[in-house]
Amino acid sequence: VFKTISIMLVEDAAPGDYVIVHVGHALAKLDPVQAEETLALLAEAARRVASPA
Amino acid sequence: MKYVDEYRDGALARELAAAIAAEVDPGRTYAFMEFCGGHTHAISRYGIEDLLPPNLRMIHGPGCPVCVLPVGRIDDAIRLARRPEVTLCTYADLMRVPASKGMSLLKAKAAGADIRMIYSPLDSVRIAEAEPKREVVFFAIGFETTTPPTAVALKTAEAKNLANYSIFSNHVLTPVAMRAILDTPAEEKGELAIEGFVGPAHVSTIIGMEPYRAFAENDRKPVVIAGFEPLDVMQAILMLVRQVNEQRSEVENQYIRVVTPAGNTAAQALCSEVFEVREDFEWRGLGVLARSALKLRDKYARFDAEKRFGIATVRADDNPACECGAILRGQKKPAECKLFGTVCTPQTPMGACMVSAEGACAAHWTYGRFRDRERKRTAPEPGTAL
Repeated sequence: VFKTISIMLVEDAAPGDYVIVHVGHALAKLDPVQAEETLALLAEAARRVASPA
Repeated sequence: MKYVDEYRDGALARELAAAIAAEVDPGRTYAFMEFCGGHTHAISRYGIEDLLPPNLRMIHGPGCPVCVLPVGRIDDAIRLARRPEVTLCTYADLMRVPASKGMSLLKAKAAGADIRMIYSPLDSVRIAEAEPKREVVFFAIGFETTTPPTAVALKTAEAKNLANYSIFSNHVLTPVAMRAILDTPAEEKGELAIEGFVGPAHVSTIIGMEPYRAFAENDRKPVVIAGFEPLDVMQAILMLVRQVNEQRSEVENQYIRVVTPAGNTAAQALCSEVFEVREDFEWRGLGVLARSALKLRDKYARFDAEKRFGIATVRADDNPACECGAILRGQKKPAECKLFGTVCTPQTPMGACMVSAEGACAAHWTYGRFRDRERKRTAPEPGTAL
């Protein structure tokens, strides 16, 4: 899906960024480092059940 | 898509479910409210309720913009749209919301009113620019997520000096509604005893974490802001369980990849330049709440549809059999309404909760109703592994 959106609310958005879009407007940028961190936390929570300490 | 698929991994979801099951105290119950309709939708769509332990209940909150808009304001919009000079621009999910006397925007459109469905508020500005002889009104609704885009549309119309553009503002404030739910008198709450909130995703990208602090510190209700993907919701539930078990009540952020503590300060500044808080505003299900909604500031009066067209809202009632109000307060489940799935379906909604994809009834009808039936038929013995 290709859609033109406004980045007036996230002025530092640059090509290559991922943004959260709502009603045609970018509201926030996605932070790739924190995204990895979340996945690591998820994996850790899951692992702890698989092998309880 | 990157940053979406990873957070929908079914195998990881089952492991997270096991983690939640391992950490809940079997000797007690847990009740959390997901405030936001986006979470209600995710919980129904991905069957998260079925993955949760039986002593943990998710209560669906009122964070569905279409659902909380009272009938009187839809009546206002229909009256506006019927004026021959007016073109009313609206989000699509408002079209089928029942208004007074069996009307809806969809029926008004079928009867000849000039009503256009738009995706972005900027579409309404483009229409006003292209059709200068029409009085173009944007029917603006929603929480803090949709307010900044409305402000952008207003500033764009101002920059283009459009004389035929106005906004009918119905923007509402999330923290005020959360406060109203917590302050519901005990005798009205019934079995409702919320112990924590899954905090909204997109709303929090704008307002940040601070507005929830009073709920954690004064009311001792933990809040965990969560993303909209199923693993986000499950991780947030696990974080809430841990807070309750450890007798903590903090504002935590599961959605760290997008939400920052301060939120989007540029959007906040734009909104406070354009909007001010109303004295009060009626919500479906929650009644009239003081300082719970936004109107245009006086310096933007020429863009204010309420002033331009002299809108005086008349309070109107829902279908008396509709339980939308109790469902929005978390006091009833969709299936406890006698209209649910009989005369009220997404094709012929009787109440607003059946209209929007974020409404508890629509989500339950679309994704949940067969499971309920199945569960009754093959209810497992207590303690049976699923």
